[in-house]
Amino acid sequence: MKPVTVAKILVFAAACLPAAALAYKFYRYFYGGDFNALTANPGDYITDFTGDWTLAFISISLSITPLRRLTGWNQAIKFRRMLGLFAFFYVTLHLLTWIVFVHYFEVSFMIEDVFKRPFITVGMAAFVILFSLAITSNRFSIRRLGRRWQTLHRLVYVAAILGVIHFWWLVKADITLPRRWAVAVALLLGFRIWWTLRPRFLAQRRARVTRV
Amino acid sequence: MLIKQAPDIRSSEITPKNVYLRRREFIQASAAALVAAGMGTFADHVAAQGGGLPKLPNVKKSPLSTTEAPSLYDHVTSYNNFYEFAPGAGDGPKQNSKGFKARPWKIKIDGEVAKPGDYDVDDLIKQNALEERVYRFRCVEAWSFVIPWIGIPMADIINKVQPTGKAQFVEFTTAMDTGKFPMQRTDLLEWPYIEGLRLDEAKHPLTLLAVGLYGEILPAQNGAPIRMVIPWKYGFKGAKSLARIRFVEKQPLNTWQKMARNEYGFYANVNPMVDHPRWSQARERRLPSFVANRKTEMFNGYADQVQGLYAGLDLRKNF
Repeated sequence: MKPVTVAKILVFAAACLPAAALAYKFYRYFYGGDFNALTANPGDYITDFTGDWTLAFISISLSITPLRRLTGWNQAIKFRRMLGLFAFFYVTLHLLTWIVFVHYFEVSFMIEDVFKRPFITVGMAAFVILFSLAITSNRFSIRRLGRRWQTLHRLVYVAAILGVIHFWWLVKADITLPRRWAVAVALLLGFRIWWTLRPRFLAQRRARVTRV
Repeated sequence: MLIKQAPDIRSSEITPKNVYLRRREFIQASAAALVAAGMGTFADHVAAQGGGLPKLPNVKKSPLSTTEAPSLYDHVTSYNNFYEFAPGAGDGPKQNSKGFKARPWKIKIDGEVAKPGDYDVDDLIKQNALEERVYRFRCVEAWSFVIPWIGIPMADIINKVQPTGKAQFVEFTTAMDTGKFPMQRTDLLEWPYIEGLRLDEAKHPLTLLAVGLYGEILPAQNGAPIRMVIPWKYGFKGAKSLARIRFVEKQPLNTWQKMARNEYGFYANVNPMVDHPRWSQARERRLPSFVANRKTEMFNGYADQVQGLYAGLDLRKNF
C-alpha cells in the first residue's frame, strides 16, 4: 500500500473515534447498566456531542489550507475531502437528533422551528450548505462544475460562520464554548484574508522602500 | 419448459397498506420501544434510591403528592442547573460542590413581617412539621423529573412570621459567598440570585420550603440546606441555598428577568401555550427519556389547584 493510502486509513479511523465513543456509551447505557453513561438527559447530550464534532470537523477541514501554506506540505490536500465529509457525517447525526429527540418526527413542529427560531434557521442553512458540498464532492461534480465548483465550495466559510452563530444564539448565559469556536473559525478565515492581501502589503512596502 | 419463478417481491414482504399509511406512528413506536428498553432496566435501581446523606426524621406523606414514579436519585442529583457552581445543566454543580458546607446555616426572614428573625435551618426542621411531596419538576429548558421533596409548607412559615398589611410579595435571595460558590467570582449572572413570588402564591398549599429529597437532607447541588419548590412554575423560580426571605411591597426583579427580560418573566408559570423565544414549551422530555414526546400540562398539571390565582391575568403578557 502507498503511504498516502495508509495515512488515509489512519485519518479515517481517527475521525470515526468520536462516533465510536458515542456508540460505546450507548452500549454501556442499554446493556451495561450504566445510567449515567449518556447523562440524565441523553437527548441533549447526544445533540451537543454531535454538534460539537461538526464544528470540530469543519474547523479541521478549514485548517488544511493554512497548514499547506505555512509548512509547504501539499500532501495535506489529500485528506481534505474526507475530513469535510466527516463534518457532513456529524452534522447529519446532529440533524437526526433534532428530528428524533427534539421533535419526535413531528413535521409541523420542525417547520415552525425553522421559520420561527433564528438559531434553528441559521443551523438549517448551514446544513443545506454542507449537504450541497457533500453531494458535489465527487470527481464527476468537480469536472462538471469546473470553475464554479470552487466558488460553490467556498460556501464552507459561510457554513462555518453560521455554525458558530447557531451555537452562540443557543446558549443561555455561558458563552465560553461558542466563543472558543468563534475564535477558531475567525483565525482560520482570518488567515485566508491575510494570505490573500499579503502580496499587496508586500508590494506597498517595497514601493515605500524604493521611494526612500 | 416453463420454470416457475418467484416474483421479485414476495407478497409476504409487501408492507400491509394499513401499516404503510401509519408509518409515522410506526417509526415513533419503534423509537419509543428503544427508549423503553433502556428504561425497563431502571426498575432495579429505583428500589434503592438515595445518596447516603443523613435521613430526615418524622416525615409525613402528603396527599398533594403525585403517584407518578420518582426519577432516579442519581439523575436528579447529577443533572441540574445551579449557576453558582457551574454554568448550564449537567453534572457541573455536583462536581463543583464537593467541599460545600451547608451546616451550620442561618436564614434571615424579615421585611414586612411582625416577627422577623434569623433562623438556624436545623431549628426550622425541628420546629416544623416536615412533609414529603412528590412533585413534577419542569425546567424551562423543556425537561422534567418527578422528585420526592421533603419540606415545610411555606404557608406554615408565613403564618408564624405574620406578614404586615404592606406585604404583597416575597423575595428569595441565595447566599452570597464566593468561598462557597465559585461562579460568584465571575459575571456569569448578576449575584446574588434573586427570585420572587406574589404573597398569595407563596401562601399556596403547594409551595414548599424544601430541606430534603428522597428521605434525606438536600445535597449541595440541589440547593442545600434550604430552597424553594413551586411545582407549577419553571424550575428556575425555586431559588436555592437561601440566605434570606424578605416580605416586600413591590414586585421583586428576579435574576433571569434581569438577564434576559424577553425570555424570562416574573411569573414563569409552566404553560405549553407560551413558547420560550428559542424553543417550544408544548412538549417536554421526562428524563431519562431521549425524546420530547410528553405533552406539557398547563401549570405543570396543577391547574386545578392554582388557576384561581391567575383569574383575569393575561398569561401571554405575564409569562
